[in-house]
Amino acid sequence: MSAKIPPEQIPSCYHCGDPCEEPIVEEGKSFCCQGCRQVYALLQENGLCTYYDFDKNPGIKARGKFLHERFAYLDDETVIAKLAQFRSEQLIHIHFSLPQMHCASCIYLLENLHRINPGVIRSRADFQKKQVFISFNPQQVTLREVVELLAFIGYEPQISLKDVSAAKSPDINRRKLFHLGVAGFSFANIMMLSFPEYFSGGYITEHGLKEVFAWVIFGLSLPVLFYASASIFESAWKGLRQKDINIDVPIALAIVITFGRSYYEIFTGSGAGYLDSGTGIIFFMLVGRWFQGKTHDALSFDRDYQSYFPLGVTVIRNNREENIPATRLEVGERIIVRNGEMIPSDAILLEGNAMVDYSFVSGENIPVACNVGDLLYAGGRQVGGAIQLKVSKEVSQSYITQLWNNDVFTKDQEKLTSFIHPWSRYFTIALFTVAISAAIYWWLHEPAMIWPVVTSVLIVACPCSLLLSATFTFGNMLRHFGRQKMYLKNEKVVEALAAVDTIVFDKTGTITLSDRHQVIYAGQVLTETDKRMVRSLAGQSAHTLSRFLFQSLHANETDTIPVLSQYQELSGKGIRALVDEVPVRLGSADFIPAGDNTGTDAKGARVYVQIGNQPKGYFEIRQQYRPGMEAMAADLIKMGYQVTVLSGDHDAERSSLEKIFGKSANMQFEASPQDKLAYIKNLQADGRKVLMIGDGLNDAGALKQADAGIAVTDHAARFTPASDVIMDGGSVFKLSRFLKYARSGKTIISISFIVSILYNIVGLSFAVQGLLSPLVAAILMPASSISIIILVSLLGNYMARWKGLYKN
Amino acid sequence: MSALFVLIGISILVAGGFLLAFLWSVGNGQYDDDYTPSVRMLFDQEKNTAAKNETENIQVTTPTTK
Repeated sequence: MSAKIPPEQIPSCYHCGDPCEEPIVEEGKSFCCQGCRQVYALLQENGLCTYYDFDKNPGIKARGKFLHERFAYLDDETVIAKLAQFRSEQLIHIHFSLPQMHCASCIYLLENLHRINPGVIRSRADFQKKQVFISFNPQQVTLREVVELLAFIGYEPQISLKDVSAAKSPDINRRKLFHLGVAGFSFANIMMLSFPEYFSGGYITEHGLKEVFAWVIFGLSLPVLFYASASIFESAWKGLRQKDINIDVPIALAIVITFGRSYYEIFTGSGAGYLDSGTGIIFFMLVGRWFQGKTHDALSFDRDYQSYFPLGVTVIRNNREENIPATRLEVGERIIVRNGEMIPSDAILLEGNAMVDYSFVSGENIPVACNVGDLLYAGGRQVGGAIQLKVSKEVSQSYITQLWNNDVFTKDQEKLTSFIHPWSRYFTIALFTVAISAAIYWWLHEPAMIWPVVTSVLIVACPCSLLLSATFTFGNMLRHFGRQKMYLKNEKVVEALAAVDTIVFDKTGTITLSDRHQVIYAGQVLTETDKRMVRSLAGQSAHTLSRFLFQSLHANETDTIPVLSQYQELSGKGIRALVDEVPVRLGSADFIPAGDNTGTDAKGARVYVQIGNQPKGYFEIRQQYRPGMEAMAADLIKMGYQVTVLSGDHDAERSSLEKIFGKSANMQFEASPQDKLAYIKNLQADGRKVLMIGDGLNDAGALKQADAGIAVTDHAARFTPASDVIMDGGSVFKLSRFLKYARSGKTIISISFIVSILYNIVGLSFAVQGLLSPLVAAILMPASSISIIILVSLLGNYMARWKGLYKN
Repeated sequence: MSALFVLIGISILVAGGFLLAFLWSVGNGQYDDDYTPSVRMLFDQEKNTAAKNETENIQVTTPTTK
């Protein structure tokens, strides 16, 4: 090991942009590691260096050559059959999910795979879904080779049984667009053909014109009634079958009456009908649904542990390594877990230096050192060399995964009924009251008017504007939330968020940062020289704790750089080297023989220091809270929410948590995943509406049980347990504003309901008098729809700003 | 005025043509992904020439990077 370049001069890797501590220079370009250089060499060989032109340092840090057996399970016939969408002798079609896709360069590279491996026939990237479609010739290249190529260039596909079984089809979205297109076409043409009727006041002099137009309109309206409005009738029918009058029931009724009466008028030649307004309303409602349905394709809200656990596991059977599907793993078997691989089930460590990163489970990403004989939990990731384990529980019965055996995950409960629901019921009742009163009035005065009056009442008072205001308000709010990196599963979640009165936080990874830590030193005072020595030693190691230590000790430009020699890293223990000829050790307490190992009240991981032959003290690496938590917590309490913190850790952080949430906040420590779930259930039994915010698999039960569950992640495309909302870690401090905005949704809808009721009163006043001409309907109905859409959009945008969604 | 009947017929035919074009494009998957094609079009030229060169087995000259 030679001298090091100070960080100010450290070049960034040409491939991935990471600082290169020991740059490998080739063709005037520096690379941080062999892995990145190899990827560059591969791309260069195939003339794909345009990859580096679209974005600066677009690459994904390569982890070097992966271990040979890692993807062996992809040679398995049953696995191929499950993964492939189409399969023949010559051709296999397959979709992969690649959450690493992040820029134009990625698309370029992924669509040019055929130039690296001619066995690949075609590859197509879908950036928003973070998917790539690949077709390849299985006689030239195997599935395993394709996946290995992807993994090598940095895009290791997420392959899991869950994703395999449920490949999303684009058909639903296409169907919506088909309906929309047909409805729009018919609406526009019927409107045009109705103009003579509007301007002549019903007395067209030209012989035959009226009849021809009426029949053309009739023809154009048929596809709308029988095709485009199918989704409305389906939803209404579903509601009726469950003995429930949802908002689609009165709408379906209004459609039937509008079309029925219009067809009657056309057949008898007594009028022109209301097909223009009828088709118009259907068109507007379809637009609203399409707008609302534009959800976040790349995110998956319904994942369970199967989506994250590896497909294949390496077991030792008869002294031979074998790759089997994780589901077939049996208790008592010996398995091998290599660097970066996940432990598939609870198991006992037999040999090897285990450093387990449980960030997946708890959000805490400082690896835990384990000794032989320790029980390692499923979901942890091994950092360092290969380890051998003895399986002590089946995959589905492990500490974390048995959470999914709970009822919460088997029942698909309908979480709440929408608050527009009661409105639509009142509306329906009021409407029938008006219709019946009008009928009684006309029965007394002029019985011939009963039929036209009742039908026109039902036509004009269609609750479409109620539906429109709800769909557009929520659709607009989802967009605003999305811009702030809070991704809601659907519009119902807005109402759920508005209704909560209790908020439960997970601690680690949710209100603390998962990638940054506070480093505190305790012990004998370190001189500047000491610090420099520690820093340069720590800089040599790739261990997480060394990285944190290295980052926390700042270097000055004028500093001389210490010279290192005889560097040694003892896995699971620590590192040592001669720094400027002085022996320096960094590591765990037992690595520093003469060290003071007292003080068991550790609040975090400790790194002990020895310089020369003298133990100096230790660095304590603590979790760091996300910025802005105090202000957010104060705001939440002011808004009247009951706040609770649940933590899987011991209560060492109690005092700092009290500083944030106040002394009155409830706190519970050492909570197991089951405890968290039970805690939420208890709150709900007390009639509380609970919002749970968590991040790891250990919060999965609580997130699912809560009335609204928010999964926090620092990489939106990566791991999140099943939840209603996926939120970027950087937006957590805006939680109180998000909740305020969600609450304002109700106000917006109420305002637009009042406006739509005013329109209805005007319309009904024409209708009950028997004066509803097609012209009045044709003006009133689109005008009310459009003005309501504009109103809710403006209000939604205004509220987003007013509630501070865009303030930082 | 009978010209009106002909014109109406033509106008509906034209509109129907556009409707069919729209339905075809949806069915063809052109609305499935509304972002990637906007990026993909930037690659086209380079890709075409490269593909041609490859078939003729000519060494591709890669553009010099920044």
